[in-house]
Amino acid sequence: MLTTRAIFRLAFRMTGNEHDAEDMVQETFLRAYRALHKFESRADFGTWLYRVAINCSLDHLRRARRREEQPYSEGLPPKEESESLSSIPSGGPTPERLLLSVELKKKLDGAMAELSDRERAAFVMRHIDGCSIEEIGKAVGLRGTAAKNTVFRAVQKLREALQPMVNS
Amino acid sequence: MRHLTKDELVLFYYREKGGVDRRQAEEHLQSCDLCRRELADLAQSLEAIESLPIPERDEKYGGEVWTRIRPRLAEGFGRRWSFVPPLRSWALAGSVAVLLVVAFWGGRLWQQRQTPTAAAIPAPARERILMVAIGDHLERAQMLLVEVMNQEAEGPVGVSQKKQLAQDLVQSNRLYRQTALRDGEPGVANVLDELERVLLYISHSPNEISADELASLQHQIESQGILFKVRVVELQVQDKQKRAGSHMPGTPL
Repeated sequence: MLTTRAIFRLAFRMTGNEHDAEDMVQETFLRAYRALHKFESRADFGTWLYRVAINCSLDHLRRARRREEQPYSEGLPPKEESESLSSIPSGGPTPERLLLSVELKKKLDGAMAELSDRERAAFVMRHIDGCSIEEIGKAVGLRGTAAKNTVFRAVQKLREALQPMVNS
Repeated sequence: MRHLTKDELVLFYYREKGGVDRRQAEEHLQSCDLCRRELADLAQSLEAIESLPIPERDEKYGGEVWTRIRPRLAEGFGRRWSFVPPLRSWALAGSVAVLLVVAFWGGRLWQQRQTPTAAAIPAPARERILMVAIGDHLERAQMLLVEVMNQEAEGPVGVSQKKQLAQDLVQSNRLYRQTALRDGEPGVANVLDELERVLLYISHSPNEISADELASLQHQIESQGILFKVRVVELQVQDKQKRAGSHMPGTPL
């Protein structure tokens, strides 16, 4: 079910910070309002609104790049600081795990910043929201193979960035 | 079978079509340590991303966002399409409909529809009353929709209060929908028609519904964007209500 809270979560995954995510949620509803006459009643409103939100986030990322703001690259730790998550016993939120969670977040933010806008959208749609390759292609304007390759590239880039921390 | 490529492992992980045959891949993974380890590494990396926290927003968040964007939506009126017809069009709607609405608003729908009371009300006042009545109706409908959408249930859930409210709203909704249709405003009529189906579903429900029935109702509201559309219509009605309130006698609306 696509609620406003779900759009916020999508926006947060795409932008990496609360402030931008809030702006993106508002922008999504403003755009939806302006384009409501284009919505076909036979279509699913949630799917349509989700696409509006994806397009909003892509525009937001393009604008952010143009302004040369790179929220994802702030405070990136040097590579040697990375520690393996699997070396810490799982379970409760020990100080070590919390610290690693913060480090992982920084690492992920850095890796996300390295993705193209489409790669980021494709990854969030596939991995977080469980969209099919076909749905991703329609939302970000790519054909099947191109959409698939976009997901592959995103996954490989993120994996390479996170692997030193995640795997022992 | 040959080893799985990195891309094939991604497709396998996400259960996407277009990769190697799933059964063959599973058989290979059972016998190949290298590919099994690759898949486990991939899964571990991807699952670590999911474990990162996302700031939570509570159930009031939808309403809060709407309140924040309202002023910006109102700026667009007049320049963009409009769900709600011009005020004069509503004002010129059949006098029977206006009488019905005015009477209903006063809580005496059937008893007073033929009395001269409403007819004696000056036209601008009738228009304002009509706008207030529609605005009130849509606000109550929104409250009901928000409550339904925010309801979480794993087992049976009581809906008797919602049912009562839905029953109250069905009659007035029908009136407004018919008025909109008569005025040649299919946009408004469609929104009210979609709303009416939800109201009827709730009003005909038993006092307790299952979690599946609730989910189905929520899906109906969400898939048609009913809450969003009702909010838009209500906002536009309010805008017109304000303009009607500031209208000076003797000047055109």
